[in-house]
Order: sequence, then C-alpha cells, then structure tokens
Amino acid sequence: MPEGSFTALLGPNGAGKTTLMALVTRLFEAREGEIRVCGLDLRRASTAVLARMGVVFQHPTLDVDLSVDRNLRYAAALHGMSRAETRRRVEEVLERLGIAVLRRRPVRTLSGGERRRVELARALVHAPSLLVLDEPTVGLDIESRRAIVEHVHELCRRDGVAALWTTHLIDEIAEGDRVVVLHGGRVRAAGGLADILAAAGTGDLGTAFRMLTEEER
Amino acid sequence: MIRYLRCSAGIVTRELSRFVQQRGRFFAALVRPLVWLLIFAAGFRSILGVSIQPPYETYILCEVSITPGLAAMILLFAGMQSSRSMVYDREMGSMRVLLVSPFPRWYLLTSKLVSGVIVACLQVYVFLAIAWFWDIRPPLTGYLAVFPALLLGGLMLGALGLLLSSLIRQLENFAGVMNFVIFPVFFASSALYPLWRIRESSYALYLVCAFNPFTYAVELIRFSLYLRPNPEALLITAGWTVLFLALALYGYNPQRGFVAATGEGE
Repeated sequence: MPEGSFTALLGPNGAGKTTLMALVTRLFEAREGEIRVCGLDLRRASTAVLARMGVVFQHPTLDVDLSVDRNLRYAAALHGMSRAETRRRVEEVLERLGIAVLRRRPVRTLSGGERRRVELARALVHAPSLLVLDEPTVGLDIESRRAIVEHVHELCRRDGVAALWTTHLIDEIAEGDRVVVLHGGRVRAAGGLADILAAAGTGDLGTAFRMLTEEER
Repeated sequence: MIRYLRCSAGIVTRELSRFVQQRGRFFAALVRPLVWLLIFAAGFRSILGVSIQPPYETYILCEVSITPGLAAMILLFAGMQSSRSMVYDREMGSMRVLLVSPFPRWYLLTSKLVSGVIVACLQVYVFLAIAWFWDIRPPLTGYLAVFPALLLGGLMLGALGLLLSSLIRQLENFAGVMNFVIFPVFFASSALYPLWRIRESSYALYLVCAFNPFTYAVELIRFSLYLRPNPEALLITAGWTVLFLALALYGYNPQRGFVAATGEGE
C-alpha cells in the first residue's frame, strides 16, 4: 500500500474482511503463509509493524467511564510515548479532527459520530504510517459517515498516511481510491475503480460489486 | 526499556482512573470481609477459640485468626473481578486495544495483571486499617512486611483469574466461576479455620485444603503480617503463580491458545 493511498477492502458480510483485519493486526496469527506490512514480516517483526499501525475496530472499544483525554493518553502509553510527546500529539489529533472541545468529556456522554472520531483520534495518536479501519462507519448516520470518510481521505492527502478501509458500502468509495473486492476469503478483483469495472465488464460499481460477489451468494 | 515502563505505567494509571471512577466497587469489595470480621467472628468468638500456633505467640481470638484469610479473600475476589472485567473487555472489544500494542503480549497481560493487584492491595490496606480499630493490631512493621506477600498472593490469584478469563467464552458464564471457583477455594483453605482443626474432622478435606494454593497465600500473608518467615508458603505460592501465569499467557497466545481456538478472544 503506497504512502498516502486509500485502499477500500470491499466485500459483503462474511467475505472475510474482519478476519483479514484480525490477521493483519495480529489478534489472530496466520497458521500458514506470510503477511507483510510496511515491508516487514508480521510474524518476525510484529513490534515494528504494530508500532507503525493505527487501528479502528468495527465495534466501539473506547473506555466509556473515562474522558476522551484519558482514552487517548492510554493509547499513547500503550505505544511507550513520553508525557510531553503525548500531550503534543493528543492536542494535535484532537484539533485536526475538530473534536478538541470534547477533550474533557466522558466518552459515555458522546454521540455515536463523536465516539467514532475519538476512536480515529486514538488510532492516530502515535503518528502511524498505516491506518487500518474495520467498517468504521457501522451504526452511523449518513452525515457522520460522510464526515469520517472525508477525514480519512484528508489524512491520506495531507499526512501521507496509508489507509486500509473495510466496507460493504460502495458509496464510501471515492474516485482515486484503490479497491480490493473480497468474497469467500478470496480476492475477486483489485486495482483502481476502472480496473474493477473492467474486470466485471460493466460501467457501474454497484453492478460490478454484485457481479463479482454473486455466484456464491 | 523506558518505553516498556511507560506502557506499564499507562496500564496501571488506567486501572487507577477506573477505580476512582468506580468508587462504589471499591467499597462494595470491603463490605464482604468486614461482614465476616465484624459479625461472623464476633458471633463465633467463644465457640472458635484458637490455640497457640505459629505465627501467634499466645491464644488468639477468632477475628485475629481470620483477618489474614479475609485479606486474602479481598485478593481472591479482586482476581475474579479482574477475570470478569477481562471477559467483559473481550466482549466489548477494549481488550483489542491492549493487544494491538507493539509490546509483547506476555508483557501487556502481566502489566494488566499487576495493575489489578495494586488496586486490590489498596483495598486490603483499607481493610487492615479498619481491623486495627477492631483491636486486630499486628506489629506496625508487619504492615510493611506484608506488602510483598499481598503482591505475590494477589499475582497468584490474578493469574488464576487471567487463566479463567481465557477459558470463559461469555460473560454469562461468569456466574459459574463464582460457584465453582471462589467458594470452594475460599472455604477449603486455612482462611477461616486452622488446618489441624480440619484434619480432626476429615482427613480427606484436610488433603484438599493442603493442596489448595489459596491456603498458602493465606499463610504467607499471616506469617508476613506477624514478621515470621514461612518459606514453604512462599515457594508454593510463587510456584502456583508461575504455573497459572504460564497457562494464562498460553491461553492468550493468538495462535496456540484456548482463546484463538474458540475464536472468542476477539
């Protein structure tokens, strides 16, 4: 995944997206084969790989009893960051995502969209070069979904972060994104939007997605 | 090295922050041993007099005898509470945040374990302070000497909790742990009555109590509180700690362990 790229891992429910995410983040370990992240073998250099990776999980994982600030500080500590570095990065990411006003609020009092942005801020606090997001818009309304998608695209453009975004919603894919269509644990097509459309022989992404994932559904 | 320490400090700080947020839980944990101390021991004072036996140098009252056991009871419940919270964290997903940290998994889980034990030790000290007003007054230096014993006993019981959390699939199953682990472990030990008394009633039960790791945690706390060495209790508690911890870490191994095998870890 090149620097600054946005790659959408597109697949229907049960395609294996979350399993792939669990393998990439070393929650599960692959029994065979090799996973390379940022040019490193995950099995041999998991510390270096995880230090470069920020993760947003499909389901909420914030500690609702603690404040936004505490949640972010905890994440920074889990990456061994110093106090000064943590203070600077927490301020920076909260500003960047437009949620600095939420800093002292307990997570319990936040809306679903705000919590998602806090999760994104937490994944960015250690300045990762790869952002892994597993269906990060689940349960959000259209406006919040759009805001999160735009934030991540903006991060890719401005900070050069590479993003791996899993979804089953084709409207989350923008022009210029790389797309990997996954179904039944296998890659059905990969490349730019044009490549996906060409592989399915159609001019519409929705139709292409249906065709590429149809035969076993 | 400093990064490792920052990571541990972060985990402990989070646990302490949660503890401050949930003060009710802290006081609730004290109610149980206090009921035993203030009601049970007072009621049985005349029936259950305890004869002279190490580390005590004179006849002691029932409440003096059971205080170390009640301190260990706090550690036991804290260990099981931490097990419950790990199962909850796993179901709610916050365990994943810990496990995707770049530090080794054994280090992360051990840090989490230690953070829980530190909170439990604070609870024990509050309990011992209340007991002091109830005329249970070990030597002042005993309060210092007991700290390593509390830490080791807490680690052993916390590691048992960690192991159980790797085996329990869902939070609903946790009630079973209460029935099948906590109560037998507590009652079949030297927490409430000396082992020689149990042997007089039933030799089989005595063997069960003598095998129970909790008995040795209780004795280690008892002897440390009264500034007497007990190498046997120390070695056995340390041995069980290593065993439980090794099994728990195996359980959380992403490839080989129970959690991966059941698919419930994630």
